[in-house]
Amino acid sequence: MRTKTLLMVLVLSVVLAIPAWAKTLRFAFQGDAKSMDPYSLNETFQLGFLNNIYEGLIQRGPDLEIKPSLAEKWEVMEPTRWRFYLRKGVKFHDGSPFTADDVIFSATRVRAKGSDLKTRIAADTKVVKVDDYTVDFITSAPNPILYVEWGTWYIMSKSWTEKNNAVTPESATGEGENYATRHANGTGPFKLVSHEAGVKTVNEVNPDWWDKANHNVTKVIFTQVANDATRVAALLSGQVDMAYPIPVQDMKRVDGNADSRMLVGPELRTIFLGMDQYRDELLHSTVKGKNPFKDKRVRQAFFQAIDIEAIKKKVMRGLSEPSAMMIAPGVNGGGNPKFKRLGYDPAGAKKLLADAGYADGFEVGMDCPNDRYVNDEAICLAVVSMMAKVGIKVNLLAQPKAKYFPKVLAPKLDTSFYLLGWTPGSFDSWNVIYNIHGCPSETGSGKFNLGRYCNPKVDALAVQILSETDQAKRNAMIEEAWTMTINDIAYIPLHQQALAWGVRNNVELKQRPDNQFDWRHVVIK
Amino acid sequence: MKSVLRIQDTVYRFFDSDIWYSFKKSKVTIAAACVTVIMILSAFTAPWIAPHNTFDPATLDLMDAFTPPVWYEDGTPKFLLGTDDQGRDIFSTILYGSRISLFVAFASMLLAMILGVTLGLVSGYLGGAIESIIMRIADVQISFPAILIVLLISGLARSVLPNVRHEEMAVWVLIFAIGISNWVHFARTVRGSTMVEKNMEYVQSARVIGRRRATIMFRHILPNVMGPVLVIGTIGLAVAVLTEATISFLGVGVPPTEPSLGTLIRIGQSFLFAGEWWIVIFPGVALVILVLAVNLLGDWMRDALNPKLR
Amino acid sequence: MPALIIRRIIQSVLVMLTVAVVAFTLFRYVGDPVSQMVGQETTIAEREQLREDLGLNDPIIVQFVRFALNTVQGKFGISFRLGRPVNELFAERLPATLELSLVAALFSLVVGIPMGVYTGLYPDRVLSKVFQTISLIGISLPTFLIGILLILFFGVLLSWLPTFGRGDVIQLGWWSTGLLTASGLKAVVMPAFTLGMFQLTLIMRLVRSEMMEVLRTDYIKFARARGLTNRTVHFGHALKNTLVPVITITGLQLGSIIAFAIITETVFQWPGMGLLFLQSIQFADVPVMSTYLILIAFFFVVINLIVDILYHVVDPRLRFDKSVVLGH
Repeated sequence: MRTKTLLMVLVLSVVLAIPAWAKTLRFAFQGDAKSMDPYSLNETFQLGFLNNIYEGLIQRGPDLEIKPSLAEKWEVMEPTRWRFYLRKGVKFHDGSPFTADDVIFSATRVRAKGSDLKTRIAADTKVVKVDDYTVDFITSAPNPILYVEWGTWYIMSKSWTEKNNAVTPESATGEGENYATRHANGTGPFKLVSHEAGVKTVNEVNPDWWDKANHNVTKVIFTQVANDATRVAALLSGQVDMAYPIPVQDMKRVDGNADSRMLVGPELRTIFLGMDQYRDELLHSTVKGKNPFKDKRVRQAFFQAIDIEAIKKKVMRGLSEPSAMMIAPGVNGGGNPKFKRLGYDPAGAKKLLADAGYADGFEVGMDCPNDRYVNDEAICLAVVSMMAKVGIKVNLLAQPKAKYFPKVLAPKLDTSFYLLGWTPGSFDSWNVIYNIHGCPSETGSGKFNLGRYCNPKVDALAVQILSETDQAKRNAMIEEAWTMTINDIAYIPLHQQALAWGVRNNVELKQRPDNQFDWRHVVIK
Repeated sequence: MKSVLRIQDTVYRFFDSDIWYSFKKSKVTIAAACVTVIMILSAFTAPWIAPHNTFDPATLDLMDAFTPPVWYEDGTPKFLLGTDDQGRDIFSTILYGSRISLFVAFASMLLAMILGVTLGLVSGYLGGAIESIIMRIADVQISFPAILIVLLISGLARSVLPNVRHEEMAVWVLIFAIGISNWVHFARTVRGSTMVEKNMEYVQSARVIGRRRATIMFRHILPNVMGPVLVIGTIGLAVAVLTEATISFLGVGVPPTEPSLGTLIRIGQSFLFAGEWWIVIFPGVALVILVLAVNLLGDWMRDALNPKLR
Repeated sequence: MPALIIRRIIQSVLVMLTVAVVAFTLFRYVGDPVSQMVGQETTIAEREQLREDLGLNDPIIVQFVRFALNTVQGKFGISFRLGRPVNELFAERLPATLELSLVAALFSLVVGIPMGVYTGLYPDRVLSKVFQTISLIGISLPTFLIGILLILFFGVLLSWLPTFGRGDVIQLGWWSTGLLTASGLKAVVMPAFTLGMFQLTLIMRLVRSEMMEVLRTDYIKFARARGLTNRTVHFGHALKNTLVPVITITGLQLGSIIAFAIITETVFQWPGMGLLFLQSIQFADVPVMSTYLILIAFFFVVINLIVDILYHVVDPRLRFDKSVVLGH
């Protein structure tokens, strides 16, 4: 009986064997796309994954350059009115045509309750249909960066979502499953076949794609492999063609393997240390009655106690870029040579501490995630021992992100000293100035300013930067804002971690600096 | 005075007994005992014999990280067995680490054993409602893997204790959690054996001559059900160390600034593919030797202490 | 016997209720799901709104009653992380875990009992010492390290076995099985070995010690005196009498195999319930976590029930005992 079944299976698998011309891309990532609904979660991997199935009005190329996609071109009619001309002859995977109605519908849906991408279009922006292939966006104030985040605002089909009762984004509070959670109907180069979160997602090529395909892939199988060692092993043994991220310590191994290689590049995320500069007494410290971090000399001492090159060499194995700024060079306003890191100087740090009245040092609690960023715990441990050398005893609390974030994020802000990473979704300085450096307020400014650094001048500049349409003026203001925050030592930027993709040698692909894997550029030999 | 005499008596009896004889006879057991004693002693005296104090972050230099063992070209006599990813001397970390591991394991096993044996005896001997309650609690308890119990307790501890204290308390939280999660195995086994034993003639006759129930349970039945308890106890000791490692694997064990053997293995395993094997292999070997020795001792104890085999 | 079973079932229901309470309490401390359900740019007000919508701001009692009522009706809720009904998720993952656990348990029994009998019968032979040593070393390594070493040797260096996943599965109704395909069978080898290793040791040691003990009892001596063959004495009398503790332990261990599959499943990326659970811990996905716990508790309760019944079947002395207890 058993042998018969086995035989049958064998025969079946021979019959069903994939033709020789078919090229299957198998890849693994540490996490998974939680949902196939493009508005359900504003998270890099999920949006990057869906980028292959869905498309936006614009798209980002391999070097993040903005290119036309579902919109062929656009123009500014007046400072608050933008006109987008849509591509004709585009079809969704279910065969229905793509028109202005779909854009208007998507603009509504992305701002509906349950959407996590509400910031893509301001709530008071009107979207008006001019004709079937022309749409106007009317904003309440001039916005020079209106569309920069639209590379991840994907257009959904109005008729498909209505037919399947998925007109609003899913919500975990609902009773049942949203149809769009496991089904997708985009215009992109690949069609979703099946999605089993945490197990396997299968996609096949969309033969009717409007654009000329640069890839030669017919099928894409994605598997989540959470464990680092298992993921590396899967790549080394050839069970997947591509895997990421590869732990920094295993890169040599992947490169040393005859059939695989590493693709590394700078990532846009900046890892930094923050300090509570608001409370009159730190929550976790032996210093009572005052807050040492309010003293710039203490912040500077912490900064100069850190041997960033040692962290780069030993913890990051050379795969990090020490940063003087809170943004990566690839972000607008980043990489400014005017700004230099304060040098590593433990003796100087000790002196600064003594000048500030802490000649004998003090104890401070530190919060750190241990499963969020590349070697986050190891970085924090290194900081602990570097601080110990200047007399500061750091009590490290390294926790999984599910515990770390609720503790340190608002409203609790239960931290004195912490490690965090940030990637500006718009690839623009304003995002970081506003979210990380703005004085925390009801309006949303300083949402992730956990240490509550506050400089009203920076806030005033942030308002101006937002609506300034003259690029040169705008950049000058951005530089001014950075000058102020860096002089204040608002934060201790550490580095940009490196992207680390492992690829089998028979696969060619392009690595995007935002860590999105675009299958459009995959060629399998 | 009386008790001193009693202890003396016990000591004499011990050296005169079959137990001592069977110990002297078995070379493996002697070796195991030596290894165990050496490991316990060296763990205990780690602050004096370890070349580096790896618990003091000020003495660490990140630039020393990943130094291979001394016999490699890049090795240095300063670090006999190499260093880990933070530049900690592996040999010293093993000494300090086994100190924590042993302490956690012994303390939690003791807790589990006292709790489990008592409850097992009581429920097995008395039966009835008490048995039902205890065994149902056991059912509930065993439905939760140790990992979850530790998560629960550490979560509770975290919400009760201030953060600065949390690190210091981590070890105690672990002991309590691992101990609590292991008593069931003792209880169930003891209960099973007790149910069989209590129908034996010696128990019946003890009952007939009017011995108190507690006396019957702890003086008569207990020695006869200790065999399986020791087997479970020795394996449990290993399990305790491994549970601790697993909990640390999930990131909620002892703080990484003061690693146990389990934490060391957890940290080291991520460097295995990279060829930096010494970070995981040496602590691993230390752990295997320790557990092996303890298990061998337990085996021997089992054979020697079981009255039926005498 | 029926009275016993009914009583045990009532007790089991109580157990399940307790587990529900504990499961619920437990998850108030694992973390906050909201910070991971939304992206980094979501405002605090929106986060608060979501928390409100999920009912996380209600008084604990209200939350628990809601949770208990839904659970009783078989409504386990929608996963915070995946946005899918938890029932469906578990139905998909259950076969993977059960298959892995059963293969592991079978492996540990089939290998463990003979090894135990052999070492029990011939404690001084070289092979016995080898078995003993192997088993001791086996349990002295943490599960995840065994898994990773296996992956390193058989997956990467030798390329014999797949390093992750279940291979190809065949759908039999709602049950998906990997045991009918070549790749599925290959895929189960390393995870089952890793998972079964510890149980094997436990069973082997237990059988050994019980065998040695039983062989010294009087009735075995009588049996020998009656001129029965070694074979009959060893297997008919001795082995049968060692089975009580073996059944207890195996039964109990089957439950913990399922529970401890968490780590094996993580290392081998085995798409079972344990992996789902671990991913949910990291995400504080409360509906999935509590369902998992309740499900595991259910397995344990059922297994315990079976073990207790088998106890009575295997060891007649206990039947007598029960009547004593009842009359007591």
